[in-house]
Amino acid sequence: MKAIRILIRGIRDAFKSVVRNFSLSTAAITCSSITLILVAVAMIISYNVKNITQDLEKELTIVAYIKNSGTNENINTLKASLDAMENVENYKFKSKEEWKLEMKTYSDTFSTALEYLETNPLLDSFTITVKDVTSLKETTEEIRKFEFVSSADYGEGIAENLVTAFDVIEKVTLVLVLALVLVTAFLIGNTIKLTIFSRKSEIEIMRLVGSSNISIRLPFLFEGLFLGILGSIVPILVTIYGYVLLYDHFNGYLFTQILRMTEPFNFILYVSMLLLIIGAVIGMVGSYHAVRKYLKI
Amino acid sequence: MKLIEVKNCYKVYNNGVTAVADLNVIIDKGEFVFVIGASGSGKSTFIKMLYREEKPSNGKVFVGGVNVAKLRNSKVFKLRRKIGIVFQDFKLLPKLTVYENVAFALEAIGLHTKDIRPKVIKALENVGLKDKMRSFPNQLSGGEQQRVCIARAIVNEPKLLICDEPTGNLDPDISKEIVGILDKINKELGTTIIMATHDRDIVNKMKKRVLLLENGVLAGDDKKGSYIVHESN
Ligand SMILES: Nc1ncnc2c1ncn2[C@@H]1O[C@H](COP(=O)(O)OP(=O)(O)OP(=O)(O)O)[C@@H](O)[C@H]1O
Ligand SMILES: [Mg+2]
Repeated sequence: MKAIRILIRGIRDAFKSVVRNFSLSTAAITCSSITLILVAVAMIISYNVKNITQDLEKELTIVAYIKNSGTNENINTLKASLDAMENVENYKFKSKEEWKLEMKTYSDTFSTALEYLETNPLLDSFTITVKDVTSLKETTEEIRKFEFVSSADYGEGIAENLVTAFDVIEKVTLVLVLALVLVTAFLIGNTIKLTIFSRKSEIEIMRLVGSSNISIRLPFLFEGLFLGILGSIVPILVTIYGYVLLYDHFNGYLFTQILRMTEPFNFILYVSMLLLIIGAVIGMVGSYHAVRKYLKI
Repeated sequence: MKLIEVKNCYKVYNNGVTAVADLNVIIDKGEFVFVIGASGSGKSTFIKMLYREEKPSNGKVFVGGVNVAKLRNSKVFKLRRKIGIVFQDFKLLPKLTVYENVAFALEAIGLHTKDIRPKVIKALENVGLKDKMRSFPNQLSGGEQQRVCIARAIVNEPKLLICDEPTGNLDPDISKEIVGILDKINKELGTTIIMATHDRDIVNKMKKRVLLLENGVLAGDDKKGSYIVHESN
């Protein structure tokens, strides 16, 4: 019962303080709003990029052909090496006979043409998917090294460049967001510091009459929490409306059919939840720091 | 029954000043004790050690059986709930009414609203300020403000009431009135009272126990002391 009263009192005092220090609170809330909007943008971009990259990665396979002179041993050697290669996710072997059968089903002309030939002109092949697309090139080169491999290629070009570009974008936004989070936590901490100073005499009396440490500190911690949570409201609205509008505007695709956007629901709800949590945590961290530093008990 | 026992207590501040040296005092429950001495003799330091605002550098300070010298910071609030404290500067919250200022002490320790009201009224009655409970501190005289402080200090019915120069800012008549209230609290509620003061007239008139500090050392302890005697040396 007493714990609940202390809690309620803490919340009430924190709320009063947010209202009383309106301009200061507004500054802190604005800053955390801006930060959280950027966090939201970063999250939306990186989540979409991750999805798009995954889509692209599925397309990115190495196709290696074995020379006509290649023996069964050669094929087994390659299988063993592929098994050993770290970057190889899996591979599919298709013998020239299988190719031939498949070709035959494509068209009758093919089928008759192939019948007339004494030897099979097709080659045995491996289709290889990799784990990490960024070292696709290295893996391909490794496969090329076998002298019985006639050729090994992958869809070089745009896809690979996009993946690398996305990678850079993701890292830059991450650094930016982290910097902003720190600034916001600092600003909220500073707001709490000023509230602590403005309530110095109240705190002094509370200490004299025997308030427990927790009940002295709680209002300030709640105040930070409120500032963080209030700061997440606008970003959440921006996320929900913004993303739905964007998605509708582009019909779910960015520029080309390959770049498919993540569907808005439940994605934006998930982002909103995270924004709320991040806002709350930033506020708590900022105020906890200020309380530890300026509210000596 | 002793309430306070100070044993071989020293206080050396960080700057090297020895404010209290080898202090030994026993104060029983229900006593009214004046602490006198020249400015800088260590009165406030002695008092601060009782409510653990300062930690002794050496020695023991028992309050209600607990050695507060050893009390951890996180437990100090429990000690404070058993002690009422009054200062020269009143430390009232200007935006709260008289009632709210007194109630603040009980709210701050988590009492239920319905338990707060009767206690606050009773405390205000004890200092004769019930009819002013809706006033704000700046609408009161100095003496009235100090009475509010006393009400706030006794509202939780402490065993011990500590006053550091409570009449320092008040003129002689009002000072007598304040001490009269303290005397009444001492007699009617049985609260032990320790009061640091410079006021000779009051000490001489009250004929209470007097502790004299000189440069941090206990230079006198008279059961029915007076100020003049000690001032002569
Ligand atoms: N926080 C402190 N840090 C360093 N020295 C202090 C501190 N507080 C008090 N002192 C020193 O300790 C000595 C005793 O001070 P104290 O305040 O206890 O005296 P006092 O008897 O209450 O004086 P007054 O009658 O002026 O209130 C003084 O020399 C003072 O300068
Ligand atoms: Mg003093």
